[in-house]
Amino acid sequence: MITLGFVYVLAGLTFAAFAFLGLRDRSNPKRFGNAAFWGLLAVSMLAGDRLGDFGNGLLVLALVAIAGAGQIGRAPGGDVALEIQAERAARHGPFLLLVALIIPAVALAGTFLFKWLPGLADPKQATLISLALGVLIALAVGMARLKPSPLLPLQQGRRLLDAVGWAAILPQMLASLGAVFALAGVGEVVGDLIGAAIPHGSLFGAVLAYGLGMAFFTMVMGNAFAAFPVMLAAIGMPLLIMQYEGDPAVVAAIGMLAGFCGTLMTPMAANFNLVPAALLELKNPYGVIKAQIGTALPLLAVNIVFIWLFAF
Amino acid sequence: MLVLIGTLIIIAGFLLRFNPLLVIMASALATGLAAGLDIAAIIAAFGKAFNDTRYVSIVWIVLPVIGLLEAYGLQQHARTLIGRMKGATLGRLLTSYLLLRQAMAAVGLTSVAGHPQTVRPLVAPMAEAAAEAKNDALTDDQREEVKAFSAATDNVGLFFGEDIFLAIGSILLMKGVLEGYGYIIEPLHFSLWAIPTAIAAFLIHGLRLRRLEKRMMKEAGA
Repeated sequence: MITLGFVYVLAGLTFAAFAFLGLRDRSNPKRFGNAAFWGLLAVSMLAGDRLGDFGNGLLVLALVAIAGAGQIGRAPGGDVALEIQAERAARHGPFLLLVALIIPAVALAGTFLFKWLPGLADPKQATLISLALGVLIALAVGMARLKPSPLLPLQQGRRLLDAVGWAAILPQMLASLGAVFALAGVGEVVGDLIGAAIPHGSLFGAVLAYGLGMAFFTMVMGNAFAAFPVMLAAIGMPLLIMQYEGDPAVVAAIGMLAGFCGTLMTPMAANFNLVPAALLELKNPYGVIKAQIGTALPLLAVNIVFIWLFAF
Repeated sequence: MLVLIGTLIIIAGFLLRFNPLLVIMASALATGLAAGLDIAAIIAAFGKAFNDTRYVSIVWIVLPVIGLLEAYGLQQHARTLIGRMKGATLGRLLTSYLLLRQAMAAVGLTSVAGHPQTVRPLVAPMAEAAAEAKNDALTDDQREEVKAFSAATDNVGLFFGEDIFLAIGSILLMKGVLEGYGYIIEPLHFSLWAIPTAIAAFLIHGLRLRRLEKRMMKEAGA
C-alpha cells in the first residue's frame, strides 16, 4: 500500500537533488548556504522519523541559523531567453498545457480511485499521494515528448525554489510554533482576556465580539483552527449558545468562516499569503494580503450579521 | 499572562521585518520559557511538531514539472490562448477561476489547484494577458496588482468553498469541539451553514474583480 512515506521519500530525493545541483552552481555566491538548507530539508524528509524529537529540533535550529544569517540566495540569470520560450511555445503549446493539467487531473482521479479501492493507497492521504503520482506521470510524459537534457526539470525546479528561498518552510515553521503555543496554553490566556472585555447584556455585542475575536485571534495564530476552540470556549459556548440559546451549528460554522477572513489578512498564514508573493516574484511581500483586505473586511461584517440573523 | 510574550514577539518581529524564521524560533523559545519549560524540552517539542507537519512542505515536488514546462514556454502559451479568446477579460477570467476553485473545494478537491500548481504557471499569466488585451501599456505596478489578485482569488475560492465539504478538517474540528460540550451535530449542518458565506464571498470578490478590471481600463485611457 502506498502511504505518505512514499511522498516523503520523493520529496526528500527532490530536495537532495536541489541541494546537490545548488552546490555545483558556482554563479551563486551563497551556494553553500543553499545546499546546506535544502540538504537538511532532504534529511528531514528522508530520515525525520529516525532523528528523534530533539534531533529534529536541532535540525530546525540549523535551518533557522542558515536563513537568519542571510546565507540563502539565488544565482542571477539562468532563465531561458524569452524568444526561445516563445518559439518553443509556438511548437509545443497545446502539449504543455496538457501536461500542466495532468497534475490536477491525476490528483482528482486518484482521490476517488483510492477511496473506492482502499487497498492501493492510504485513503486518508489519497489526495497528497495522487498529487505526487500526478507529478511523476506529468514529468514522464513531458520528458518523453520534449526530450530536454535529463537534468533540466531539476535545474529549473531548483531555480524556482531558490527564488522562494527560506519562505518555502515558513508554513511548516508556523504550524510547529502553533504546537508550542498549545503546549504553553496561550489560547486559554487570550480567551480569558477577550471574554473579560466583552460588553454584558447585549446579544449583538456578544456576536460582534465573537466574530471579531475569531478574525483577530486567527490573525495572531495564522490559522482559524487554533482560534476556534479558544473563542468558542471564551464567548461562543457560555454566551451565544448557552445564555442566548443560539444554534450551535451556525455559531460554529459561520464563526469558523469569520476566522477565515482573518486568515486572508495576516502574514502568519504564510503558505497562503507570503509564499505566493515570493512564487509570483512580487516586489511587495505583502502584496497578496493587500489585495485581499478589501474582500476580507466586508465578508467579515457579513459573517457577523449572518450569525446574528441565522443563529437566533 | 507571561506566555503572551510569544505573540508580541511575532507581531513586533513581522512589523520590524526581521527574518521570519528567526522571529518564529525566538517566539517559540520565549513562550516555552514563560510557561516554565526548559530549553531542551522546547527544542524537542518544536522538532516533533516540525516532523509531524512535513506534509505541509511536500507541495514543492511539483516544481521540476513547472520548471520544465515554463522552460518550454507554458506561460507564453497561456498568454497566447487568452489573447485569442475575444471575450476573455480580466474580470471574467478571474471570476471563472474563483467559481471553479470554490466548486472544486466544495467537493473536497482542495489540493487539486494551488499557488505552485495552477496560479504561477497558468492563472497569473492568463490574467496578465487578459489585462494586456485591454491595456497594452501595463505598468509594473499594475502587473504586480494583477498577479496579487490572481493569488488572492485562489485563496478566497479555497477558503470559502472548502467548508461546504463534509469531511474537511475544519468541520471535523468543529464537530469534535462541540461534542466535548455535549452537543452532537451532524457534519451536514456545518456544511449547509457554510453556503450563505460562500455565496457572499463570491459576490464580494467578484465585484472587486470587476472594479479591478474597470480601474485598469480607466488608467489605460487616461
